[in-house]
Amino acid sequence: MNLLLLNHELLVLALALGLLLVDLWLPLPAKRKLGYVAVIGVGLILLYSLFCVEIPAGQPVQYAFGQMYALDGLALFFKRFFLLAALIVLLMSVEFADRIASGIAEFYALVLFALTGMMFASSANDFALLFVSLELITVTFYVLTSFQRGVVTSLEAGVKYLIIGALSTAFTVFGIALVYGMSHTLNFGVLARVAGRFSANPIFLFGLVCVLAGLGFKIAAFPFQIWAPDVYQGAPAPVTAFLAVGSKAAGFALLLRVLFIAVPDITAHWSNLLIILSGFSILYGNLCAIPQRNLKRLFGYSSIAHAGYMLLGVAALSAAGRSAVLYYLSGYLFTVLGAFTVICLVLRQADGADLSGLAGLHRRSPLLAAALTLSMASLAGIPPLAGFFGKFLLLKAVIEQIPAQPGYYCLAFTAVAGVVISLYYYFGVVRAIYWAEDPADLSPIQISKPTRISIYGCIAGMLYLGIFPNSILDVASRAVELLR
Amino acid sequence: MSPLTYIIGWPFCAALVLLLVPRTFRPVVRAVAILATLVSAVLALKMFCQFHAGMPGYQFEQQIPWVISLGISYHVGVDGINVGLILMGAIVAFAAACVSWEIKEREKEFYILLLVMTGGILGAFASLDLFFFYFFHELALVPTFIMIGVWGRGEQKNYATFQITLYLSIGALIALVGLIALYLQVGAGTFDIPKLAEYLRSPEHRLSGGAQKFIFPLLLFGFGILVSLWPFHTWAPLGYASAPTATAMLHAGVLKKFGLYGLIRIALPLLPQAAQHWTQLLAWLCLGNLVYCGWVAMRQEDFNRLIGYSSVAHMGFAFLGIATLNVIGVTGAVLVMIAHGFLAALTFGLSGYIYQQTGTVKMDRLGGLLRRLPFIGGALMMAAFAGCGLPGFANFAGEITVFFGAWKVFPVVTVLACWGALIIGAVYMLRAIRGMLHGPLPDQWAGVIDANFWRKVPFILLLASLLVFGCYPRFLTDKIEPCVSEKVVVTLLTR
Repeated sequence: MNLLLLNHELLVLALALGLLLVDLWLPLPAKRKLGYVAVIGVGLILLYSLFCVEIPAGQPVQYAFGQMYALDGLALFFKRFFLLAALIVLLMSVEFADRIASGIAEFYALVLFALTGMMFASSANDFALLFVSLELITVTFYVLTSFQRGVVTSLEAGVKYLIIGALSTAFTVFGIALVYGMSHTLNFGVLARVAGRFSANPIFLFGLVCVLAGLGFKIAAFPFQIWAPDVYQGAPAPVTAFLAVGSKAAGFALLLRVLFIAVPDITAHWSNLLIILSGFSILYGNLCAIPQRNLKRLFGYSSIAHAGYMLLGVAALSAAGRSAVLYYLSGYLFTVLGAFTVICLVLRQADGADLSGLAGLHRRSPLLAAALTLSMASLAGIPPLAGFFGKFLLLKAVIEQIPAQPGYYCLAFTAVAGVVISLYYYFGVVRAIYWAEDPADLSPIQISKPTRISIYGCIAGMLYLGIFPNSILDVASRAVELLR
Repeated sequence: MSPLTYIIGWPFCAALVLLLVPRTFRPVVRAVAILATLVSAVLALKMFCQFHAGMPGYQFEQQIPWVISLGISYHVGVDGINVGLILMGAIVAFAAACVSWEIKEREKEFYILLLVMTGGILGAFASLDLFFFYFFHELALVPTFIMIGVWGRGEQKNYATFQITLYLSIGALIALVGLIALYLQVGAGTFDIPKLAEYLRSPEHRLSGGAQKFIFPLLLFGFGILVSLWPFHTWAPLGYASAPTATAMLHAGVLKKFGLYGLIRIALPLLPQAAQHWTQLLAWLCLGNLVYCGWVAMRQEDFNRLIGYSSVAHMGFAFLGIATLNVIGVTGAVLVMIAHGFLAALTFGLSGYIYQQTGTVKMDRLGGLLRRLPFIGGALMMAAFAGCGLPGFANFAGEITVFFGAWKVFPVVTVLACWGALIIGAVYMLRAIRGMLHGPLPDQWAGVIDANFWRKVPFILLLASLLVFGCYPRFLTDKIEPCVSEKVVVTLLTR
């Protein structure tokens, strides 16, 4: 067995355990700075991954643990994605540390454990590993969402996430059991060979739908979206950000693996199901976001809509669609993390993330105002930002399939309608930044140097992906080569 | 580097520079914006003069690959159709920057948005790549919404912003769906317009009738909404009445022509079969613009709404010209687009001046202004004459060409259109002149002052352009006509 294949996960795990150990000997004020250690560690692992790890030319997939764990282009893409997301989230957490009463080192360690889970998820080639990694992510998030123990909304968010998360876990396990019961295998590679035989077996299909439901909870797609607004609103800002980017991306990594590696023959018949999931997510998320006044709650609904947009690429059932999903996720990472860094700095009251709190931001800190504005513009899909080209690619992938299935016609127009609706509330945020009446407090906002760098990084990422999409698109299309 | 890249690039560079200028340096902010648009206008004029009429293909081309796997490249170039439009756009942008002295708050943001809008507009007209064609248009559209929402005027500002955003975004996205569908149906793996046209020219690659008939309406109605095709025009009068002067000038004058340009550049040559199928309907819809909207314009009390409706009505000529599908008609449509660009900018600019002086453009509250404002009033009168189609102004040349082209194809529509355009147009324009410029001067307006030399400059420039192209339309037609027969009409005939 080749343990070296797991080096990303092992390094992050070692870092997390190291932090917990160091925590024992550090005095309280120094513990907050421990976050920077985590940031540097994750940064080094990311650099290592970018420069020292590559997929060998003749061997597109390498396996470990008896084919349970696969390292291929897709896995590597997602591992780097998660490392980058965790890096920015950890920087955000350091800014947030003064609002956490105790256990800050555990907070950093939990973020790293969740990161480990996400990286395992990206390599899952077996229903057992899929389940274990999902649980690792979900259980750490139960703790993280309710980390501000003194704040009622945070606790409420934790409980809601726990109940609905447990429900989704139950669905997943039940589904896996049914699939195993019919096919006698948990391995995706074996399943791909035998799944064709079960394409008319109702129990097998029901099992798969249950697994899909479990993953639907993770990505917050309709009709499994019910938890998202409440949890996004109540959880601490860095956790919400990690939930919005990391957890959603992990859900998509698993969704792509299950649909296109484990059961591609069955997925080919599921275009209608995916069209409906995608279309309703877009409409539900966008329509419900309109009346929201709480910024984090607004992001909750908008994240449902974006899950819908990304499902467009999955529903297209084509390589172009899948690579569009990866491109869209990359743009989404910079956009959402940039926005949450601003939220974390500006809206310091625990549950007062009201839009009115943004008033006068352009005077208090032009950089933060610009960053949030660009994020909103990118989410709304305005050129030349990443969101525009991402939506263009997704739309193109869907329109490509219209001759095969007229349902895609409706889906394309639903997506277009969603984009138009979303302009309204995203501009509402921009309006609150620049054109609301100035509040009494116009004190400048202090931004620490590392956070400043991460904000510049997010802005640069949004612009770079939007203006020079070529390189990342190549990477994305190579990563999805093995899916079919 | 092609001069086109400079023409597009200067406004964007100036916008970047303005980001770095402190907001308290008001004269600097204004100077940078005016200078950048002036440079663009001068370069556009130089390019217009250097353009060789009658040469096949494109001139001043530049191509940089952008996304290779999808066949997207930054490709700019001009031919007879867009060279005049780019000149018009650059001149109007300069005029719009000049009249923006009325903006007193948040000047920096205003000028940045104005410059982005200018760069986007010029880029959209210069692009020979479907993706960038759309990309630049979208880049110009978003500032429009923000400018109306923030610097707009009137009680219905918020509603107007909401309406114009909704309509134009839907129109643009429908057109985008059409463009992507076109790209995929052709299957040449390129967004490059000349390459697509070349590919479709060979008989074995021709698009099937079904595919054409499915894509053409997407483009027709998507672009049509952007150009305020009846019955999708309701956003225009209210939007323009609420917009700040410069935005109304740029949008009504230039950006709106994007849809017409898209029909001429993309829909007609690439989807010829469907074009013949759908233009019957288009010819009747354009009567809605010409007659119905003209009729509505007669009943307006607010001068800005009146010119909003009149600009919707004038789009009817361009649609009629496009619907003829012959060389004369389409050439006339391009002429109308250019002439109306100057005219719309001029009337919105003048109305903005009057609004700035009096605080209202309600015609029943104004009167006798010609005595106090000899220059502005005189210019407004000339604009009104141009709007009625008086010979000597560029509009006459365009409208008469359209009618010549349309007579044979749609005789009934042409008769109704002549009646609607010439008589109704004269009625509402002259009524507005009488109400605002003649008659007794109310005491409250005794203090208004005429424009000084620098404020006259943009208006003189626009009037001069109208007269030059009106007295000598061959400056334009010599360039447009060969190009229309080479690129647009040829596919319609060889079918």
